[in-house]
Amino acid sequence: MSEIERHAYDVVVIGAGGSGLRAAIEAHEQGARTAIVCKSLLGKAHTVMAEGGIAAAMGNVWEQDNWQVHFRDTMRGGKMLNHWRMAQLHAQEAPDRVYELEAWGALFDRTKEGKISQRDFGGHRYARLAHVGDRTGLEMIRTLQQRAVSLGIDVFMECTVTQLLKDGDRIAGAFGYWRESGRFVCFEAPAVVLATGGIGKTFQITSNSWEYTGDGHALALRAGATLINMEFVQFHPTGMVWPPSVRGILITESVRGEGGVLRNSENKRFMFDYISEYFKQETADSEDEADRWYGDHVNNRRPPELLPRDEVARAINSEVKAGRSSPHGGVFLDVATRRSAEDIQRRLPSMYHQFKELADVDITKEPMEVAPTCHYVMGGVEVDPDTAQSIVPGLYAAGEVAGGMHGSNRLGGNSLSDLLVFGKRAGEYAAQYATGLDARPAIADADLDGAGRHALAPFESDSGENPYTVHQDLQKTMQSLCGIIRKEEELRQAIDVLQEYKQRVPHTSVEGNRQYNPGWHLALDLYNMLLVSECLARAALERTESRGGHTREDFPQADPVWGTKNIVCRAEGDGVAIAAQPLPEMPDELKKLFEEPAE
Amino acid sequence: MSYEATFKVWRGNADGGAFQDYTVAVNEGEVVLDIIHRIQATQAGDLAVRWNCKAGKCGSCSAEVNGRPRLMCMTRMSTFTEQETVTVNPIRTFPIIKDLVTDVSYNYEKAAQIQAFTPPADVKPGEFRMQQVDVERSQEFRKCIECYLCQNVCHVIRDHEENKPKFAGPRFLMRIAELEMHPYDTADRRKLAQEDFGLGFCNITKCCTEVCPENIHITDNALIPMKERVVDTKYDPLGFLWRKFKSPDSKRSRG
Repeated sequence: MSEIERHAYDVVVIGAGGSGLRAAIEAHEQGARTAIVCKSLLGKAHTVMAEGGIAAAMGNVWEQDNWQVHFRDTMRGGKMLNHWRMAQLHAQEAPDRVYELEAWGALFDRTKEGKISQRDFGGHRYARLAHVGDRTGLEMIRTLQQRAVSLGIDVFMECTVTQLLKDGDRIAGAFGYWRESGRFVCFEAPAVVLATGGIGKTFQITSNSWEYTGDGHALALRAGATLINMEFVQFHPTGMVWPPSVRGILITESVRGEGGVLRNSENKRFMFDYISEYFKQETADSEDEADRWYGDHVNNRRPPELLPRDEVARAINSEVKAGRSSPHGGVFLDVATRRSAEDIQRRLPSMYHQFKELADVDITKEPMEVAPTCHYVMGGVEVDPDTAQSIVPGLYAAGEVAGGMHGSNRLGGNSLSDLLVFGKRAGEYAAQYATGLDARPAIADADLDGAGRHALAPFESDSGENPYTVHQDLQKTMQSLCGIIRKEEELRQAIDVLQEYKQRVPHTSVEGNRQYNPGWHLALDLYNMLLVSECLARAALERTESRGGHTREDFPQADPVWGTKNIVCRAEGDGVAIAAQPLPEMPDELKKLFEEPAE
Repeated sequence: MSYEATFKVWRGNADGGAFQDYTVAVNEGEVVLDIIHRIQATQAGDLAVRWNCKAGKCGSCSAEVNGRPRLMCMTRMSTFTEQETVTVNPIRTFPIIKDLVTDVSYNYEKAAQIQAFTPPADVKPGEFRMQQVDVERSQEFRKCIECYLCQNVCHVIRDHEENKPKFAGPRFLMRIAELEMHPYDTADRRKLAQEDFGLGFCNITKCCTEVCPENIHITDNALIPMKERVVDTKYDPLGFLWRKFKSPDSKRSRG
């Protein structure tokens, strides 16, 4: 493979969503030669789908807000399984990361005083989300994209990395192919930042795009890194349900933040029946109090529609199972009777547009039908909180692909801030590591040959299975056996079935040639989806309790013993080995924040 | 509910190609992109198409459907009769890579030529104060999802390859307008707009506005005001003197 295209950088960032772009900007500003490699065109990453906003305790709307309150909300939202240090850094640094976006040209909605406006979201004590209507993700990605372009950072678009390369125990670079031509490319780089997002495409009903195939999770595992919290998958409570072709597309939590409420077929605001002991103190127990809260957060408690996402998703699931569903198997999300048509169109323009165009529903007049959709994976690469480095020297991870920050459940709005805070940190420390090395690691020719052979395998035979069929089957397996409600028998079955996929995935056949061939691309992505699916199933079987984004029908309660442990996954042979590991101990001064009553 | 539809999809690459016929199932509520995906999964595994969000937010799946520039994810099959043949071909203004995928690098080159947002040096992050009414003008343009349908239909470059070096298309003239109308921006991109980006080529036929899936008033709110600003610079000697003596950050309107 001597003719392979080669590029040398200090830092290579894989992924061009919020965390990848922020990491690349930082690495560049630290003086590192930096490249971004991404599967889609620049500016199309899944971050554009984020709607609600960026959580940051700026205190622009409620001056009582500060990083301690945000930290506390985040830890409680994650049912205390978050890495306390990540949650602390996140809450402390998010405001600066938002201000920085503004200085780079982002135009957030404003308060009357001309400051950045902040909106309410589930699990947040105060209105905290900086936003632009309901297209905040687009604003963020455009701002970062324009910043990266103006700095002259090299971007390799529509280029997929299939393998990380190492020299001994440390990172030496990455191998991939250009989607356009199918030709191979090798990046020599002592530091690689994974910013590849999540794993949603392993599920049938998902808000995620085609890119979300767990690439970074799998690349990290194969390179010797560990993953934590893979059993925790966030099913966003409000995905579209009708018509079938839009099933799973996201409806922003802002609808509830702006006053929208959930009702069942009996027209009952059922969330009042699902307030768990854990959140009782801080949640309104009457419709009157809940409605007063929108105008006065200090003297009233939060409406139960704004409980964390895991709580709301489970409640919707229960209502549907109890036979109180909307006509197409969801529940009703009503903003039409709660806010004026003018307000809805101004505050939720893209939701209005999405329902009008895709479902013939005018949300200013009728309720939406909603049901949970696979949205986000809390699990990811185990990293050092301060540096974002994995246990493999030179390998960093930030954003959804990293684990620990959100514990067992992520609060809405904490993703965009996570991308910025840890994207910056990953870029900064990757640059320091790369530029501080005495000698650059070397890539072995044999590794490149091996990576090339693996990538071309789907062209070798024409009698194998259709990769699209294998993918659809895998999605069905994960949806039915590892979905929102889990039990031992089904998880065991999932693990058995996944062993069968280990035979099927390497035996797919693709038609056509290497030029822009989605069938081939999918055949390679399947390896990643299979590996992360196994992590998920094994960790979910191991955790015999219910907590956050992991609900066991056979163990419906949270178990305090499990509340002190993470499950760690590592690659072993062609499979995954898991082990429990104690949570890092929170310092006393932070523990104190949880002793005070919900202020 | 379901029926079999006839699709004609352009297949080929830079060396040439042709429409190919597919008979494919269509279910209730589906959009053109669903059908393209079904063709891909069951009949043509190597059919090249770009897509990401499937909700009209990323601007990846632009194509010409029955001759009309559209996002495939936002084009519902119910807009066609069951008997109607649906023809899908790549957007025409950019070179073909393969099937429905075109080489849109022209757009990234133009984007890179625009001077970034340039706030006054003495305003620190966190100190910006702007009124909602003052940011709304630029916010409208920042709704752009970069689907490039406006670029595709603009007659200056559609079928006029020779104009591409001196014309940036509505998307990037609008980007200039967006920056020029930002309350805190201090740079002056009028010369860039007129001389390098070819603002004068635009004769406000509004084709761009008509196809914009975000319903941005590109012509009325971005291009015409930009033309006025450029004219002010070029033919207004008093205005020229005025600008010469006023402070660089006087564009700002603080709240």
